[in-house]
Amino acid sequence: MLQEEEDLSLTIAHIVQKLKGSRLYSQLERQAWVSLQKPEIKLESLKEDIKEFFKISGWEKKLQNAVYSELTVFPLPRHPAAPPEHLKEPLVYMRKAQGSWEKRILKSLNSMCTELSIPLARKRPVVEQKELLNKWNEMGTDEPDLSLFRPVYAPKDFLEVLINLRNPNYENGDHLNLKTHLGLIQVPLKVKYISELKEFFIELSLNTGQLGIDDATQVPPELFENEHVRLGQKVLAEQDSAAAQQYIRQGSPTALRAELWALILNVSNQPEDLLYYEQLKSNVIQHDLLVDSLIYKDVKLTASNDDYYFVFEDYLYQVLLCFSRDTSVLGHFAYNSASPPKSYIRGVIPFHGFSMYVAPLCFLYHEPSKLYQIFREMYVRFFFRLHSISSHPSGIVSLCLLFETLLQTHLPQLFYHLREIGAQPLRISFKWMVRAFSGYLATDQLLLLWDRILGYNSLEILAVLAAAVFAFRAVNLMEVTSLAAAEAVLADLSTLKVMPLLQIFLFATIT
Amino acid sequence: MSKPRNQCAKGHGAPKAKEREGEWDFYWCDVSWLRENFDHTYMDEHVRISHFRNHYELTRKNYMVKNLKRFRKQLERDVGKLEAAKCDFFPKTFELPSDYHLFVEEFRKTPGITWIMKPVARSQGKGIFLFRKLKDIMDWRKDVGRSDDQKDDIPVENYVAQRYIENPYLIGGRKFDLRVYVLVMSYIPLRAWLYRDGFLRFSNTRFTLSSIDDHYVHLTNVAVQKTSPDYDPEKGCKWMIQRFRQYLTSKHGPEAVETLFRDMDNIFIKSLQSVQKVIISDKHCFELYGYDILIDQDLKPWLLEVNASPSLAASSQEDYHLKTCLLEDTLHIVDMETRLTGKEKRVGGFDLMWNDGPVSREEEGIDTPGPGNFVANTHLGCNNDRKKQLRQLFRSLHSQKKVTS
Repeated sequence: MLQEEEDLSLTIAHIVQKLKGSRLYSQLERQAWVSLQKPEIKLESLKEDIKEFFKISGWEKKLQNAVYSELTVFPLPRHPAAPPEHLKEPLVYMRKAQGSWEKRILKSLNSMCTELSIPLARKRPVVEQKELLNKWNEMGTDEPDLSLFRPVYAPKDFLEVLINLRNPNYENGDHLNLKTHLGLIQVPLKVKYISELKEFFIELSLNTGQLGIDDATQVPPELFENEHVRLGQKVLAEQDSAAAQQYIRQGSPTALRAELWALILNVSNQPEDLLYYEQLKSNVIQHDLLVDSLIYKDVKLTASNDDYYFVFEDYLYQVLLCFSRDTSVLGHFAYNSASPPKSYIRGVIPFHGFSMYVAPLCFLYHEPSKLYQIFREMYVRFFFRLHSISSHPSGIVSLCLLFETLLQTHLPQLFYHLREIGAQPLRISFKWMVRAFSGYLATDQLLLLWDRILGYNSLEILAVLAAAVFAFRAVNLMEVTSLAAAEAVLADLSTLKVMPLLQIFLFATIT
Repeated sequence: MSKPRNQCAKGHGAPKAKEREGEWDFYWCDVSWLRENFDHTYMDEHVRISHFRNHYELTRKNYMVKNLKRFRKQLERDVGKLEAAKCDFFPKTFELPSDYHLFVEEFRKTPGITWIMKPVARSQGKGIFLFRKLKDIMDWRKDVGRSDDQKDDIPVENYVAQRYIENPYLIGGRKFDLRVYVLVMSYIPLRAWLYRDGFLRFSNTRFTLSSIDDHYVHLTNVAVQKTSPDYDPEKGCKWMIQRFRQYLTSKHGPEAVETLFRDMDNIFIKSLQSVQKVIISDKHCFELYGYDILIDQDLKPWLLEVNASPSLAASSQEDYHLKTCLLEDTLHIVDMETRLTGKEKRVGGFDLMWNDGPVSREEEGIDTPGPGNFVANTHLGCNNDRKKQLRQLFRSLHSQKKVTS
């Protein structure tokens, strides 16, 4: 009992400290001073009256949302004496692996620099600055010579690293037994069983209405859709983050999605945010970073060639170039096993496909500073886990293990067959999970999937979906005899309907 | 990519055009053939041909303008100003040189705006240019004499000057237009079907009014885009209308989108009504039109033009699929095998939009909605589960036939 109380007070102290430095704190302070003018506030019951005032005026709600946001994002310190590395990643071997991966990336980047004799960063001459400012809204028209640049790494390079991860304290034993994991990932992390997943994702069950299933044309809207939309409007009116997160587990109506995501991510359109974005923009104008060319290259190779996202090319530059200079992003490195490189590049090094994290958001947000903020929040809450080595349940290593375990346990024949023909399933599904399925699913389906990521505050659904896709195409996959043929069967996911697949796999398959 | 047309005819099993001259039951003809042969070709009762004799009343810009203006006046006289205002979906257009003076009058009224010059009968974006000063037309008239493509000589008389829409709706900074398919089975009475699928064609470059000489920015026909320097055929400058509808809904909300699509329905109906009495009605004829619509920043749709021979070449896999299904469903409705009863409101991806009167989404007889609750039977940009619908339709038709035979 005492321990729990200690933990709680530690948590509270931690959050209070974090919020004290935030904008919200000064706003609340100001509001409290202003409220003194009001007749309802009496000196005798000052504390109570001000509290009441906050409740009525909606400021309490804002505070609640901020606290909720902190709880969701920031992991709690386990033990007051735990060193900061433990917050990043408790397992030593994982930390080491991440460290050496980072060294490799940086080495590769540096050698590209020396090869091409391009500085990591340089200040732009005034003429160039002016030009860029003029072209800010149409940077896609620029055609810099990027032929010599290569993406620093691609998902499959990262997969090789993960495959070679080993826990030095764990002995697998030489003989195969029922518990032997036949997949590529060979580290003993705890992943959820399907019974635990069913409980975790209880709102996706067959008896609960879902957008993505129960809003199909044959289903009369009175059955579910109308009420769900009404509820969504109510949640937005209340401006309650926690309620929104619960609500969105059943999917978000198209018209409400932009606002709901902003509420859940606690992103509001304050003038300070706009100013911050403008400052980042001016940083971009003044300095040219090597990373910028990598970003250009990535956008040109991926999003620009996508049938549906090519239209948003300009927005992608406006977001990603600013992102690479945003030092507040560094804050997330406290709980990310990764560390920022100790050179001028102060942020995230993009890899092949990175811009696809931003592209679907362009469907919802059209104002660059809002789009930027939403993307930044999504990144520091979720996406960073998809390309750093950690033991977190939503980290990519756990997702891979979860995927392989689900497949091996529930589709053993398929798993074994694919393994025999040299088509380890993870080799195909890895790229889907790393990109959170962006660019592989149809946009409306992708947004329904990302609704659930936000709703459950977890990326595990990506692994479940990947397994569900394999289950769906199992019959065809049993017939293939090579990795290439397996890739072909799973090449086109654009016609898949995400929610029925998830529902069937979780709740309608005999386990 | 093999032509969807051939693919479709093979799949459908309908009697095809025969080798011998004059012996065919169904002809998907070119307008040039029509021009030369229609008047002296005898057609049996069951024969079908894919154009109306004088379709140009709708598809040539100068005729269409005339017919629409006339129809508008008639509406104003017979019904009232409000109804007539529903015809204001066509930007102000003048035929040149016949209406030159009227044009100049209008031009002087609103100085500084941009106008677009289009040849009346050409397609695929050929011969079009923008101008802001009268001086530009003078220069052009002189130039026409020594134009490069003298082979297809269009006499100066056959041009229209149209007010250019300067505030188009932009997505990602790019301008686009919509291609929508309308199938007309007869004009008297007017029976028209609207296809659920369609697509947006994007301009490859960002929209700006400052470079009106940049052909590539302003014209969105795929044919012109294909010659633009940064055209990437793999990229595909098209979006399906479903995607567009979702995009708009998330940006503007469902009501605004419903209004926009209702306004588009209005464009289709009014444009067809305006030529109803002029088109030579012939029970052998039907026609599949490609409507080009532009949307401005106030979410108002404008009619750019109507095509009688919409391109059936495919630029991507998705496009190929759309056009093949479009043709298949057209053949289903033309119904050479007389399988349909004629009472259907939906066949595959086509919804019956007008049947000598508006067609309601509601079932007949069950709580027929009052005038305030009328919802049109159109589903542009909505889910197109045509395969399922066709299966159900033909199964029920088949069982009905069994009962009656």
